[in-house]
Amino acid sequence: MAKGYEAGVKEYRETYWMPDYTPQDSDILACFKVVPQPGVPREEAAAAVAAESSTGTWTTVWTDLLTDLDYYKGRAYAIEDVPGDDEAFYAFIAYPMGLFEEGSVVNVFTSIVGNVFGFKAVRSLRLEDVRFPLWFVASCFGPPHGIQVERDKLDKYGRPLLGCTIKPKLGLSAKNYGRAIYEALRGGLDFTKDDENVNSQPFMRWRDRFLFAQEAITKAEAETGERKGHYLNVTAPTVEEMYKRAEFAKEIGSRIIMSDYLTLGWAAHNSLSKWCRDNGMLLHVHRAMHAVIDRHPRHGINFRVLAKLLRLLGGDHLHSGTVVGKLEGDRAATLGWIDLMRDRYVKEDRARGIFFDQDWGQMPGVLPVASGGIHVWHMPALVSIFGDDSVLQFGGGTLGHPWGNAAGAAANRVSLEACVQARNEGRELEKEGKDILLKAAKHSPELKIAMETWKEIKFEFDTVDKLDVAHR
Amino acid sequence: MSDVMDYGSRLSKIESRKYGTFSYLPEMTEEEIRKQVQYIVDKGWQPAIEHTEPENARLHYWYMWKLPMFGETDVDKIMAELEECKKANPGHHIRLLGLDNIKQVAGTAMVVYRGDVPETALCKELPRPRF
Repeated sequence: MAKGYEAGVKEYRETYWMPDYTPQDSDILACFKVVPQPGVPREEAAAAVAAESSTGTWTTVWTDLLTDLDYYKGRAYAIEDVPGDDEAFYAFIAYPMGLFEEGSVVNVFTSIVGNVFGFKAVRSLRLEDVRFPLWFVASCFGPPHGIQVERDKLDKYGRPLLGCTIKPKLGLSAKNYGRAIYEALRGGLDFTKDDENVNSQPFMRWRDRFLFAQEAITKAEAETGERKGHYLNVTAPTVEEMYKRAEFAKEIGSRIIMSDYLTLGWAAHNSLSKWCRDNGMLLHVHRAMHAVIDRHPRHGINFRVLAKLLRLLGGDHLHSGTVVGKLEGDRAATLGWIDLMRDRYVKEDRARGIFFDQDWGQMPGVLPVASGGIHVWHMPALVSIFGDDSVLQFGGGTLGHPWGNAAGAAANRVSLEACVQARNEGRELEKEGKDILLKAAKHSPELKIAMETWKEIKFEFDTVDKLDVAHR
Repeated sequence: MSDVMDYGSRLSKIESRKYGTFSYLPEMTEEEIRKQVQYIVDKGWQPAIEHTEPENARLHYWYMWKLPMFGETDVDKIMAELEECKKANPGHHIRLLGLDNIKQVAGTAMVVYRGDVPETALCKELPRPRF
């Protein structure tokens, strides 16, 4: 007999703790932040996470001997202290490629964030980062178009794109909603956006919204001579309904639609993304529910992982946090995941919360979207933080302008262009921002009044989900 | 309402037409254009010039002025080409581009000389929406 069968419970670390293991290029690697139950040694907790997220169960079973467990098992190969947290530690786990279905983000995450998150031996668990090997990246679908193709389709170069979410988010009639879109687009925005929870309520059914929005776009395009779009939200209760709305958006000439990838479900989202490539439709992706998953520093999944998996599933835009607005967002961490959305190759960089090198091969990038509580005064910082390959979305910062949406949009466009021009001239935006905006406002009464309206607004609450740094 | 200013953009007004990056700012001075040329050179992009009759500005393809200036880093020479293109095509929009061969897209594009839009360019009829 090659190996005997012995019933009973073994310690996980006997099988799954392999500190001498060298991770292979083909492995999927994960970094978890683990808080073990009191009395559970780190190696045992790390091994338990590796086991429960791969081949292991709580007891030995005879069928273990019918397979090559030594190949299939996840391996906990390293443990590190978490700076600033004495109870938690980082566990690094390597999973062999044979564990996963090619091209299935759903399959990978059903394994590595499955049952293990409710496992009793750990008090809390957070997936901080995942390294997707190139074979897996290449087997996934990726963004329907990517940043460069979107720029060419829309004829917009050398600056961030500008958007605005239509407010109030609920309750407007389709005709009034279209009015708000038209005004914002004629004023100089590139995009307007359905709010995430605008689907097809009694006050505004989807078909009416789509048609009024499209008329608004058509007129604004003719008036300004520029290409524009409105993210028509096709998030729907069923996949059939989702496709029906997407087909109609195409039929009436829309350039872009949107979905909410977490509430819609990853499989449905992946299908929609494929439909978008087949039909030449850009795909804007919202992330409702992300904070439920990513905000707690000790439990859940870090947003950088949710961002990476969206790039694999497919999307042309993804909300990334703003750093400066009303919503949560640590600056260094945000810079880290916006690079993970856009770049071809991202190096490990602990100062930005990036635990692994990530090679994206030839997969196109996703435009990060900064949205939420931002206005003209934030523009210098936003251009400096996000660079050109981004979408900056001003909701209240457009619609709340004292002269209306068109003036609000023009104020944003002027301030954006002034910041880009100054940056290109070598000026430091975050230091000289005020001078740059004041100069631009001399020829733009819309910007001048916007600067007077919002001067005092600040959002200075501390970030809850900070990067782990030593407090001593 | 007396302190609210109307937004004057119109289908019927030629000055309402825009043409991409920096078209919401005043037309650049020669000195400002030089700085943008320098930016393109510093980025390592290939400088290029395109131009069009203003009424055709909405099309993707403008007329290419000669060829992109591959490897050209002399700001004076690039400025001279802009000037020559402008002289040869009076009334046209003249667009300066920086072509990024790594990203395979224009790193930037901006209209540096603005043409005159004739009245005939105005949109007479919009497609009828279907409800």
